[in-house]
Amino acid sequence: MNTNQHGNESGSEIQNGAAAAAILSAGVGCFSVSVFGLLSDAFPAVAHFFNFYNPTGPLSGVTTTAIMVWLFLWAILSRSWKRRSLPMGRINAIAFLLLGIGMLLSFPPFGDFLQGK
Amino acid sequence: MQMSFRELITALHGMGCGGLLLLAFSGAFIGLYRICAPERSSPLTVWEQKLLRIYLIAMAVLAWSAVLSGAYIVYPWYRARPPEGITDYAEYPQRSLLSSPTTAGWHSVGMEWKEHVAWFAPIIITMLAYIFIKYGSDLAKHVQVRKAAFAFAVAAFIAASIAGMFGALLNKNAPVRGGAVIKIMEGTK
Repeated sequence: MNTNQHGNESGSEIQNGAAAAAILSAGVGCFSVSVFGLLSDAFPAVAHFFNFYNPTGPLSGVTTTAIMVWLFLWAILSRSWKRRSLPMGRINAIAFLLLGIGMLLSFPPFGDFLQGK
Repeated sequence: MQMSFRELITALHGMGCGGLLLLAFSGAFIGLYRICAPERSSPLTVWEQKLLRIYLIAMAVLAWSAVLSGAYIVYPWYRARPPEGITDYAEYPQRSLLSSPTTAGWHSVGMEWKEHVAWFAPIIITMLAYIFIKYGSDLAKHVQVRKAAFAFAVAAFIAASIAGMFGALLNKNAPVRGGAVIKIMEGTK
């Protein structure tokens, strides 16, 4: 296999599956941080569950769990999609929707509004 | 000229990790733009691609260092509960902010937003670094992937900016203080 001056491997075409897995799982990861944060704020039992490390409080469990969800999903999707070419438009749309909702849910006045506070 | 141990660590968290990360975005945007808009800029050379890989990895390390030092070192000092009977909240920033309706919003909006949205940045930057390492200049062939990568980079910058801005403003309103005093240098009268 030859490598040209810009580092491309000529004769090989990398499929977009690996990128799709990374992008979608990042969207899910950001969404998870906000959803777990909102649930922890709304329900004392959830906050108690997420209290993995007492000095940090529920934030420790919220973020650790969201990171586990992100990495687990990334590993699963990456394995399934790495040799596939996928409709990136649809995957990007889902990833951005999750990112946008995640951003909105992370804004405390919106979270309070959803909880009726 | 002196500062407390907690002030020093908070400054390293905010300026050493968070501030440096925000500055680093400008370089990352230039590199990503050159990949994302190959028709309007010169393509990256092999050396520049290697440099951008190292650059994005360094950004991911900075982003993770910022959120981890924030959540597990600075935040416990910030949210520490004062013992019964204490009325001086100088070493208890969260209590200090919540003690007055004029400052409570800095915690209930500022800190509660910052503590969650900040985590978007390391997640996204890790994804960007992976995509760039995996695809390199092949990104030029994947229009949708490079568009998504650039848009996610903008989102990471917004998230890091929100966290950085509120971090600075929170520390201005209720600084994290305490611990051993570190004398930096003698002043002159």
